Amino acid sequence: MSNRLRWRKFVSHFMLTLTGICTFVAVAVLFFILGYLVYHGGTSVNWNFFTKLPAPVGEAGGGMANAIVGSGKLLLLACLFGVPIGFFGAIYLAEFSGGTIAFIVRYAADLLNGVPSIVIGIFAYSLVVLPFKHFSTLAGGVALGLMMIPITLRSTEEFLRAVPKSLREGAMALGASKWRTIASVVVPAAYRGILTAVLLAFARVAGETAPLLFTAFGNRFWSPGWTQPTSSLPVMIFTYAIAPYEDWHRQAWAAGLVLLGLILVINIVARVILSRGVAVPRT
Amino acid sequence: MHASARPAVSVKITPPVTTPSSREAQAPLVMRMTVDKVNFFYGPKQVLFDIDLNIAASKVTSLIGPSGCGKSTLLRTLNRMHETVRSSRLEGQILIDNQNILAEDVTALRRRVGMVFQRPNPFPKSIFENVAYGLRINGTKLSMSDAVEKSLRHAALWDEVKDQLHKSAYELSGGQQQRLCIARALAVEPEVLLLDEPCSALDPISTAKIEELLVQLRDLCTIVIVTHNMQQAARVSDFTAFLLTGQLIEFSPTPQLFTTPSDARTEAYITGRFG
Amino acid sequence: MATTTSTVPSGSPIAGSRSFITRLRDGDEIARLITFLFAGSVVFVTLLLVYELWQGSFLPRHKFGFAFLVTSVWDPIFDKFGALPFIYGTVVTSLLALLIAVPLGIGAAIFLAELAPARVSDTLQFFIDLLAAVPSVIYGLLGVFIVIPIMRQYVEPALKDSLGFLPFFQGPAYGIGFLTAGIVLAIMVIPYIISVSREVLLSVPRDQREAALALGATRWESTWKVVLPFARTGIMGSIFLALARALGETMAVTMVIGNTPTISASLFSPGYSIAAVIANEFTEATGDLYLQSLIELGLVLFLLTFLLNGFARLLIVLTSQRGSGMGQA
Repeated sequence: MSNRLRWRKFVSHFMLTLTGICTFVAVAVLFFILGYLVYHGGTSVNWNFFTKLPAPVGEAGGGMANAIVGSGKLLLLACLFGVPIGFFGAIYLAEFSGGTIAFIVRYAADLLNGVPSIVIGIFAYSLVVLPFKHFSTLAGGVALGLMMIPITLRSTEEFLRAVPKSLREGAMALGASKWRTIASVVVPAAYRGILTAVLLAFARVAGETAPLLFTAFGNRFWSPGWTQPTSSLPVMIFTYAIAPYEDWHRQAWAAGLVLLGLILVINIVARVILSRGVAVPRT
Repeated sequence: MHASARPAVSVKITPPVTTPSSREAQAPLVMRMTVDKVNFFYGPKQVLFDIDLNIAASKVTSLIGPSGCGKSTLLRTLNRMHETVRSSRLEGQILIDNQNILAEDVTALRRRVGMVFQRPNPFPKSIFENVAYGLRINGTKLSMSDAVEKSLRHAALWDEVKDQLHKSAYELSGGQQQRLCIARALAVEPEVLLLDEPCSALDPISTAKIEELLVQLRDLCTIVIVTHNMQQAARVSDFTAFLLTGQLIEFSPTPQLFTTPSDARTEAYITGRFG
Repeated sequence: MATTTSTVPSGSPIAGSRSFITRLRDGDEIARLITFLFAGSVVFVTLLLVYELWQGSFLPRHKFGFAFLVTSVWDPIFDKFGALPFIYGTVVTSLLALLIAVPLGIGAAIFLAELAPARVSDTLQFFIDLLAAVPSVIYGLLGVFIVIPIMRQYVEPALKDSLGFLPFFQGPAYGIGFLTAGIVLAIMVIPYIISVSREVLLSVPRDQREAALALGATRWESTWKVVLPFARTGIMGSIFLALARALGETMAVTMVIGNTPTISASLFSPGYSIAAVIANEFTEATGDLYLQSLIELGLVLFLLTFLLNGFARLLIVLTSQRGSGMGQA
């Protein structure tokens, strides 16, 4: 073996080992994050965390019950607002529309998807906060819902299109009208994919902070109804992390653990459902 | 009756003179469906030329011909499935019991004219729900379970699935799935059943079972079957239509077409010189 | 018998009475209309967003015009608003992030696409996808409590000692600032670069690699000299996508950048980004000009990410087209 060849082989092994290291670093970060969250936040996730309201500034103790409920309400609103638009819009794209309209709708959805979340916050602010003249759960829900639309729309469309034409024809040959075919055959055939799309969209907006900063704003107490400002987990993490109180830092870690745990669990569940097979099985 | 040199061939059926004397063959034939001067286009391209065809009631009519001759296209016009393609255009008339199907409501038509497809396409539901699907849409006089049992018996599938009606249809074998699709189509009691190469995706044993089934189903409904397998057409059908590049070349009682074809092209196809 | 010409039904009423069956047919029309309205609302909402950004920034656009983009003064008390410090901070942190993330990300993508066996590659990709799902505020949390102390105690002093002659590494080092923000951003965008690049690399037709190997190239040479160039456009696309994401990142950046509208060559200096200033000052903005200036910053950010995303998608589409075309040769 010549020297040159030996050198080239060495370079090859070296560089490829480097790429392995890059991968290792990237994946290690995930475990590092999880590890730290568990380490710092694990002990603070206690019953108080889930049931108590935040304590007055400077006092120890207290929890994030209102933030948890607040996040729950915001996400519920987001789903109610974003999922139907994405779902029915996708049905239009996959089943009814012609090329041009479909292109425009998809382009708009992709555009919306690429808008930074803080700008979505500005939009929701001018839509909901300004007319009502105060921050509200509704505004936060709208902001998050807007972010759910593109993901739900594009994924649902993809899964609807993946349903084989033969199933549709089978139903139509039995005398089913188009909407009935869609409702009783096409959507059930694609339901797994659609479900995962919604779950992934949900997980994405569950962690969003920026759009809530001036829509739902924040609240140290319970937020009754839908028209008052409300606390939320991500915003609490932010507020507590940058504050000077040790106790708040501890709670921020706990909240981070709970939030990330929720998001990761949803992601894993969604991907497992997806891997079980989305396409209609063939013989 | 001679085939003319013109592209348009108009063929009408006359009762066969030399077939074995069975009462069935000599009784006057009722026409269930009629295809009248049909021309069919996909966009600018013409695919069927001046088709005239009569489908006899309670008989099996087969459409044969080489790939691309238009037999599947013609079949799909009979229940207006061609309308799922945007650029399709049909000229002429198609009648069922002397009513123009093109003027009728399409979903009502499809209850009267059912279809079984080339590859089995059961819904992602249970066996029971697959058969019940058409009944749920269109209504039935019997109870749901009675109607489902009746159809499954007609499709010669009942004994094999009666204990597993609530299992997924996908757990059945290919041949069973196709019989399930036949049961599903029969459940709404169609007058005509269209089958588009129903056995091409199946093994020989399943094929034989289905062919047996088709001959018996004549008592229930009129059957039109597209097949690329000439032996199958000869085994199963009473009348055979031979198509070539969108034209109807010959249409005769099956024994006559296969033993003494009138057109040279028919003879060339059935003797395997092309296609 | 008369000949009837029938075209595909377009919703015109059929001859005949309005029986139940006819109304059922109209059910399809209603379904089409309803779903169209939902689909149309997506377009409407997007247009409305652009409109609101434009309208909402009316005052500063008219008062400052294009000077807004190049003024470096941001003084709410005297109603002087300039976007330059924020544009600078956004660009610097994003470029820094790319500088770190691109080599790491492409390296990992190469490993996953070329070297790792399929199952390992898929499993690792699964973890990478999970990493992409971690919210910004969690990265911020880590940034505040872990990255900042490390930067302050170890990294920045080390850089100062070794490379302090460069203007980038001068000045007091508190652990916050452009460099820290860049590093946190890098960690956040690596998963995107890996995912997209890996897909692009996997789509390079096998015969390209085989041609190189058959000529006696080493694995690395085949990757570096043949596969990567082939996938070049798509990988560029992934970089632009990552850049677009980095530009819009709010929480993690605002928690570590120092939130001071400064333009400085030193990476140790605290700074500000567009998203960060909006996040911090929006609720405190007194007066319409102040608020609308922040909205105008939002408009600038929107335009930046819009252009980048569009460009990125174009590049990725171009690669996949090339891939399929050449694979058939």
